Parts: sequence; structure tokens; C-alpha cells
Amino acid sequence: MTEEIIIAGFGGQGVLSMGKILAYSGIMQDQEVSWMPSYGPEMRGGTANVTVILSDNRISSPILQEYDTAIILNQQSMDKFEKSVKKGGTLIYDPNGIIHPPTRKDITIYKVEAAEEAAKMQSAKSFNMLVLGAFLKIKPIVKLENIIKGLKKSLPERHQHLMPMNEKAITRGMEIIYEVK
Amino acid sequence: MAEYRLMKGNEVIAEAAIRFGCDGYFGYPITPQSEIMETLMLRKPWEETGMVVLQAESEVAAINMVYGGAACGKKVLTSSSSPGISLKQEGITYIAGAELPCVIVNVVRGGPGLGTIQPAQSDYFQAVKGGGHGDYRLIVLAPASVQEMNDFVGLGFDLAFKYRNPVMILSDGVIGQMMEKVQLGDFKPRWTDAEIIKMHGSWATTGKTPDRKHNIITSLELDSYRQEKFNHKLTAKYKTISENEVRFEEISCEDAEYLFIAYGSSSRICQKAIELARAKGIKVGLLRPITLFPYPTKKIQSMLSKLKGILAVEMSAGQMVEDVRLAVEGKVPVEHFGRFGGVIPTPNEVVQALEEQIIKRK
Repeated sequence: MTEEIIIAGFGGQGVLSMGKILAYSGIMQDQEVSWMPSYGPEMRGGTANVTVILSDNRISSPILQEYDTAIILNQQSMDKFEKSVKKGGTLIYDPNGIIHPPTRKDITIYKVEAAEEAAKMQSAKSFNMLVLGAFLKIKPIVKLENIIKGLKKSLPERHQHLMPMNEKAITRGMEIIYEVK
Repeated sequence: MAEYRLMKGNEVIAEAAIRFGCDGYFGYPITPQSEIMETLMLRKPWEETGMVVLQAESEVAAINMVYGGAACGKKVLTSSSSPGISLKQEGITYIAGAELPCVIVNVVRGGPGLGTIQPAQSDYFQAVKGGGHGDYRLIVLAPASVQEMNDFVGLGFDLAFKYRNPVMILSDGVIGQMMEKVQLGDFKPRWTDAEIIKMHGSWATTGKTPDRKHNIITSLELDSYRQEKFNHKLTAKYKTISENEVRFEEISCEDAEYLFIAYGSSSRICQKAIELARAKGIKVGLLRPITLFPYPTKKIQSMLSKLKGILAVEMSAGQMVEDVRLAVEGKVPVEHFGRFGGVIPTPNEVVQALEEQIIKRK
């Protein structure tokens, strides 16, 4: 199994940490992982993205041009990465702020209204975990227990008390994702 | 079972230095390698092992602090990125001229000048062919993974002390910024003063005792004949290194008709390119030099009889390809493919370059 993922959105949405939790979860189940962020000038101006690869085999390139799954959280990223999803691949997006929804017919497209749900939960910080939960519903490549372990490893000591909130958000994310036909 | 962690290449350099019993780190911040000093400052190794971590006032100061520490037989380290490494060149040639061990990490970004903060491999010439003045060589290690960022700190110090020669870890922004799983080494204690005297007392400035002559650390020799004799000594040392310390990795080479030669992050992209090319029926392999000096010249020569062509892939306008051509001596076609200025080549571009520049050239 190899899953090549790009997560792209605004800085501050938790894009990089979502990727880190996913990568840590892969380690928890003995997989090879890589996490390659955009660290260039663009991250200083707003957009952020990270390429995460989980594989049973040695990972070749940590930088890719095509992805099995793209998780897209703003319009700029939609413009940039919709075309980069492999034929037959998966695109997950939050419609919040999206003016031009994806149009491809050769991939499966899912919507997760995570920003809206985070607002309902009165917990803006839960946003990325809602999205992560949604992704795991569609692509159960890591076991939930390993995600929890990965989350625990990724959170600094001072944030460990946020574990229950994050777990709840992951579970809720799994419930609110739906396919766009 | 061994514990794996998820860490950035830069963070791993810092952690590996602490665990390998490093005595001192001296640096000055620059993207994309600032996490090395940031991690050290967070880890506070001076409380744990006594290791000194110091942000110098400039790169020039930092490399001269390394010069001083190395002269005392200590395990010392500095790191920077391309423009900062240029500033260190005077110190590096003095260290090489004084035959001192140290490890220098270059997390390369695009140039020339201030260039870009994005990854590049355009400092090959500087690392391998000189950079500073005079007839000297660095031992140059090229990590291609976060694990190798860990492993090469220890290997680097081992080689530096074995040959009393500066070692450069030539990384780049991809390997420095990427996180992968890594198995860290066990903690080794720092050398005690007594151990340093025992191992390196013949040359290090450990404090003169009545039973020995002064140990003088210098790169100055005003007598031309003595300087020439010293240059011969250095040349002989570099020859010994060339004979004994070549390291490389071969991937999918058994049946290869074509060969990529690439180091560091480019070698990772080539591995993906191999998957894509082999799916099209192109038999291509990869030779990944792990040491850039010494270069795996003989290894390349031993592979030529089975090859129809070689593509050197590097994130530069064509630097390492010159060493490939020197090894090949015109016996098979050699071409260069690179993206640069901070642009990273895609695996598809690499396959396309192989097809257009090598396979279809007949």
C-alpha cells in the first residue's frame, strides 16, 4: 500500500499539523512515511501545503506532481491542485470560501463542511481534525487507535488536555463527509 | 524494538550532535537550516552533556570558533546554508590547512548571491572542488534521507578525526525541511580531557606538559620547500581517502541499460522516475554517490560496458555531471538534466529528459 496525499489551504488552518499527525500514525503501524511542507515565501504570504506519503515500502520521491488524494481547503489550492489528482483519485474539499467548485469527472469528489461544523462546535481549532476524520472515513489507511497515538505524539505537553476535543472532532468529521455527484 | 521518531532533517542534525557527544555548535541563522540551532537551543544540551551551543555574531565568527574548538581536539560542528557557507570559506581552508577535524553542514539553497530560500544543489563545485583557496579537499557526504542526516553526523566525526580533515554534510532544503521516520543513535558521552589527550595529544593544543614539545596549530609555512612537502602530505592523505572511503548506493542496476546518477534529494526523485520509466519498459537504474569527495569514479567505470547512456540529474545548471564525464571518458553518452533556482524537478520531467536526451539521441 502506498498513499500519496497533498493537504493544501491557508496558513493557520492546521494543514501542516494534520499532515504530521497522519505521518506519525503511519509510523505507529510500522509504515514508511514522509512529510514535505512548502516552506518557501508562499507560506509567509498565506497559503500552506504539505505532501504526506504513507507506504509499506521505501518511499522514493517525497515531492510529487500527482496525488492519490488531495485535501483542499481554499480556492488558491483548488486552482493549483485539482488538476494534480491522479485519474480515479480522490478530492476532498471544504466548500467554505470556494467560488469555483471542482469540475473533474474522472475522480471522486467529497465535500466536508468542516469550517461550518467547527463554528457550530464553537471550536475553530477543531477544524483540521474534522477534516482529518473526514479523510479517514473515505481512506481508512490508518487505524483510529494509531491516529490517536499519533495525535498524542504530535501534541506538545501543554496541549495534551486537548486530546478529548480532538478525538471528538475526528469522529464528527467521519460523520459529516459526503460524496458530490 | 527500536523506537522511531518523526523529525525534520535539520532537527535530526541537532539531536544527532548531542547524542554523538559533540562538544560545541557554533552557527548563525539562515533559512532553510535555522531549525538546527533552534533545536539545540530548545534542547539545552549544556545542561545535559555540557555541550556548548553558541549563536555567533556572524558566519565568519562561527567558523573561527570551530577552528579554535577543533584545535583543542574537541568535536565541533557548524551549519549554514549557501550564502553563509560562502562566508565561512576562509575559515574552512584554514581548518583544512591546519589539518583539523570538524563537521560543517550545508543545507543548500538556490544561488548565486542571496538567491532563493528554496532547495538547490548548486554548491557542488564549492563543496567538492574547493570553495576556499589552496590545494585542499573536504570529505563530502550527501544524505538522501532524514535517517542519513542522523547517521552522517556520527560518520562525519569519525572520518574527520580519522583523517584530521574537515567533513562537509552537503544536504539541501528538501532533506532539511522534510520529516521522515528516524531511528536516533544511543547517547555517547563527550570525551573527557584525559581521553582527548590520550587520543589526540600528539597534535591538539591540550596544554603543554614538560614531557612533550609544543603542539602548534597553524596553516602558515613561509619556507616554500616545507610548504611543498606539506602539500605532498595532504595529497597523499586525499589519495588514501579516495581509495578507502568511497560510498555509494545502487538501485535497480542489475539489468539497467540506462543509468541515472544523482545524489541527495535528486536521487529520491530519480527513484520515482525509475518506477515510472520501468512501467514504460525502460530499463533504467540509479547510482547514488553517498560520498561526493571521494567520488565513485571507479564504480561508474565498472558499469559502463552494460550501459547505453547516463543522465546526471542534479538541481544545478550542471556541476556533478563534470565528474561523471571525467569518469566515463567519452565511452558512453552522458547528459545533464537539472532544474534550479529553487525549482525541484518532477519525476516525469526526469523520465522525459532520459527519453529525449539519451534514448532518442541516436
